[in-house]
Amino acid sequence: MELFNSESKKIISDPINVNNPISLQVLGICSALAVTIRLDQAIIMTLAVVFVLCSSNVILSLIRNYIPTRVRIVIMLSVIASLVSVVDELLKAYLYDMSKQLSVFVGLIITNCIIMGRAEAFALKHGPSKAFLDGLGNSMGYGLIIIVVSFFRELFGAGTITLPDGGAGYVLWRIPDSWYAAGYENIGLLVLSPGAFIILGLVIWIQREFAGVEEDA
Amino acid sequence: MTGIEHYLSIFTKAVFIENIVLAYFLGLCSFLAISKKIDASVGIGLAVIVVLTITAPINWFLWEFLLDKGALTWISQDFKDTDLGFLKLIVFISVIAAMVQLVEMFMERFSQSLYNSLGIFLPLIAVNCSILGGSLFMVEREYTISETVVYGFGSGVGFFLAIVALASIRYRIRYSNIPPRLRGVGMAMLLTGLLSMAFMAFSGIDL
Repeated sequence: MELFNSESKKIISDPINVNNPISLQVLGICSALAVTIRLDQAIIMTLAVVFVLCSSNVILSLIRNYIPTRVRIVIMLSVIASLVSVVDELLKAYLYDMSKQLSVFVGLIITNCIIMGRAEAFALKHGPSKAFLDGLGNSMGYGLIIIVVSFFRELFGAGTITLPDGGAGYVLWRIPDSWYAAGYENIGLLVLSPGAFIILGLVIWIQREFAGVEEDA
Repeated sequence: MTGIEHYLSIFTKAVFIENIVLAYFLGLCSFLAISKKIDASVGIGLAVIVVLTITAPINWFLWEFLLDKGALTWISQDFKDTDLGFLKLIVFISVIAAMVQLVEMFMERFSQSLYNSLGIFLPLIAVNCSILGGSLFMVEREYTISETVVYGFGSGVGFFLAIVALASIRYRIRYSNIPPRLRGVGMAMLLTGLLSMAFMAFSGIDL
């Protein structure tokens, strides 16, 4: 199979746009909100999810013919839990400050519904290369949303933009003091939990407006 | 600080001030999906209370006597440097999955009516982040066993309160004129933001 034919492209690009795991499938919201206080946390979290989702999809797809249907949930959970433990230990070893800030939310990637959901819906039915692309697409879709949300929360809430580095984060840009002197103020609510809900609610609205999806409720 | 006030303060904190849904964003997937109906919300809320109250203490025992650094000294002093902490995610999630299964079987046997109303929600709970989150917070905050029980129960009650509140609000606004693309999850998100803001009023309370 050629890697970049139109079907593969669709597998990658659909979850980023019209079938986004967060804003349209509504999976994996839990961690999406907690790690969006600062941009660098969101970026590291995205990398962790990309790694876990791609590898879990590939591994489960490779062994899909040997998994008895009745015990598949336990098998999926143990594969995912092992991968997440690897990420957790790696972060503790190389990015200790970051792993402290993310605290329990790295561990909670296990119960991130995107991972289980994609394993169940895609990886167990397709070959490894397609499963890899599906994992990549979905984790990028997830990353796109949390990076957008964290960008706005950090910029308007704390007045900075932080990129990840080895330690406590590299401040790329901060709102100059002259703005504050002129009367600009940060919206403190955005760094607290209600801000996360509201920003994500608005992002979902905008994304659905573009994707043209409606839901009756 | 010891005595009943201490436990009361952990409980109040877990229910209101550090509500597991509204302050820590845990268990949101089922929170958003199920809050469309009030009776279903009550069902999953009760199931979360039961499972959290059971799994948190069990995981505490496993952590304290098996996984933590130096936890194995009750077998032999030779193990005092052994640290199995890296296994905690796998062990906790297996305990939770097993417990959910057990609770389900137990209910089916002894309380058919409860089983019928909770039945379909129990399997969902195994992948509800609030359960695993409860155990991970319990390790991070170094609670004792009795604190863990109170914390687990309190977090469950917090989840119950939040989901029933959101379900009631969604029921009230069912016929409101919401922009079509905002309907459903988008609106639920904004409502949760407002709820969370309301719960923040409790954060001034000093216990």
